Amino acid sequence: MTPADLLARLAELAGSALRDGQVRLGHATALAERTALADLLRVCRDDAALRFDMLMDLTAVDYLTYPGREQAPRFEVVYHLYSVSHNHRLRVKVEVDEDDPVVPSAVPLWPIANWFEREVWDMFGIRFAGHPDLRRLLLYEEFVGHPLRKDYPVNRRQPLVGPRN
Amino acid sequence: MGPSSDTARVLASGETAHRTREFFLGEGVPETGTENLLVNIGPSHPAMHGIVRIVTELDGERVVKADVEIGYLHRAFEKECEIGPYNAAMPYTDRLNYVSPLINNFGFCGAVETLLGIEPTERCQYIRVIMSEISRICDHLTCVGASAMELGAFTVFLYMIKAREFLWEVVESVTGARLTISYGRVGGLKADLPPDFEAQMRRAFAETRTVLAESHKLLTGNRIFVDRMKGVGVLSRDEAIAYAVTGPLLRAAGVPFDVRRATPYLVYDRLDFEIPIGEAGDNYDRYLVRMAEMEQSMRIAEQALAQLPGGPINVDHEGRPFTAPAEYVDRGKLGKTERLLITDIRLSPNLAGQGRRQHVQVNAPDKRAVLPPKEATYGSIEGLMNHFMLIMDGFGIRPPAGEVYFPVEGANGELGFYVVSDGSDRPYRVRCRPPCLPPMAALHRMLEGGMVADIVPSFGSVNMIGGELDR
Repeated sequence: MTPADLLARLAELAGSALRDGQVRLGHATALAERTALADLLRVCRDDAALRFDMLMDLTAVDYLTYPGREQAPRFEVVYHLYSVSHNHRLRVKVEVDEDDPVVPSAVPLWPIANWFEREVWDMFGIRFAGHPDLRRLLLYEEFVGHPLRKDYPVNRRQPLVGPRN
Repeated sequence: MGPSSDTARVLASGETAHRTREFFLGEGVPETGTENLLVNIGPSHPAMHGIVRIVTELDGERVVKADVEIGYLHRAFEKECEIGPYNAAMPYTDRLNYVSPLINNFGFCGAVETLLGIEPTERCQYIRVIMSEISRICDHLTCVGASAMELGAFTVFLYMIKAREFLWEVVESVTGARLTISYGRVGGLKADLPPDFEAQMRRAFAETRTVLAESHKLLTGNRIFVDRMKGVGVLSRDEAIAYAVTGPLLRAAGVPFDVRRATPYLVYDRLDFEIPIGEAGDNYDRYLVRMAEMEQSMRIAEQALAQLPGGPINVDHEGRPFTAPAEYVDRGKLGKTERLLITDIRLSPNLAGQGRRQHVQVNAPDKRAVLPPKEATYGSIEGLMNHFMLIMDGFGIRPPAGEVYFPVEGANGELGFYVVSDGSDRPYRVRCRPPCLPPMAALHRMLEGGMVADIVPSFGSVNMIGGELDR
């Protein structure tokens, strides 16, 4: 399917869960409603024509200092989906507010989301509701703050901790 | 009575002796039956290539539970990329997968070029393909060699490292470095290929082929090797897909997914190659897939070299070859820059391959992204201004606002760069999708239920590279 067809199919299936769909640089991007994100992702995975069986990547972007987005929600969580059977790709984005940074977890759909979501929590402080074990992935538990947030200074020092068991 | 005799008395008492015996025989505490043993493997362990910690729960020699802990090599790659201009991220990408750094360079370049909407020259694309494939062979050689060494086949390791050495010499003569190569540039390359590249590459490939043939004889039918690898560390097709595992591990499970074929980039669609796949998804199939891929990579590189187009050869504006370049330089110093733009200048040996003659062959003719050749920078006001506009703070490469996800086939699987631009000269966000993170997330599935001794070969077959895993 072409990127435009993908978005048309998704709009048909997901209805109001899909807020916006665009094709930029040959890549389809769907903007999802946060409350209906879990359903939209499930449709993406289970529909026979879409069949996104692989969650290729999951990350987030902090739009705190992005020009022209002062009013928009601060974070975006970005899912890159890939279909092994149909060989097509889709980017799903969902906007997340700073005051309530919670997104439904995708672990029930794709087990790899476990580690990706732990990394997003680690780096951005976005929580995933329903995640079985939301620990930091790359940094250590004593680390204060979430370093990929735009308001985290690049030269901040962190406490050194000894080994623990 | 000193403390030593106290200890002796305690040791002599029946209870302690019994416990000691229980402990040594692994029978556990008497009243409670057997108890699982918690063993830390890593972070720093001689049998682990890479710093990673696996907390295992053992029942005798069987692994009941394995919790993989990563992050020991975290260097804030993504944060560092945000604070400098686009090309300044190139050295950081070298250090992602430090066994095949060229692929990382070109992946990042590809992402930014897509944002900018520029296409590298044909010659540049072919060179990128050739260098990517050489890197892939280096990576597979390291992985297979190290895996074999962990099972006691030290000879194979030495043979493979020898072959890698020949390939790294080629890499060194092209890029100037063995590991931290920083050869890619947005819109082009640092320099063109050296004049004797073809001969060097053919010699290195001949050596590699000899080594591969020898290794095949030593390993593929070797009873010890096969017994240790077959049926070990299995990851089924469905599980591999659910865990987003790509690359040799996914192909070993029978899925012919390869980014070079699925979404061709550079000139891979013009080259003929096969995608080797396995069936069982175990360590042995991963070994076979990697061995077959090295041969395919050499095939790709040889085809690309045969098709490699030459660029325009520089002559002056009247069609005459250049003479006495030093004269032009001297005149340039006096401010007489007329005709200097079309003159070859003898550059310092550190800039080999970067003169205009080579520059125009491998760099896109795009002033927004590509530094002018040195002759132009030093010899004309236009070149100097162009150079300044790309180097000065706040100017530089400024892709239009937008986002792009650009996948390439890394040695371990899909290596993706997700770059968000806000229209300024620094990337707003760079995300690297590391190919060996998903297999590491699935590692506990390969280990649980297996034996302690199989941890190291299974871990080796994942080919964990700390640089790209922890970023």
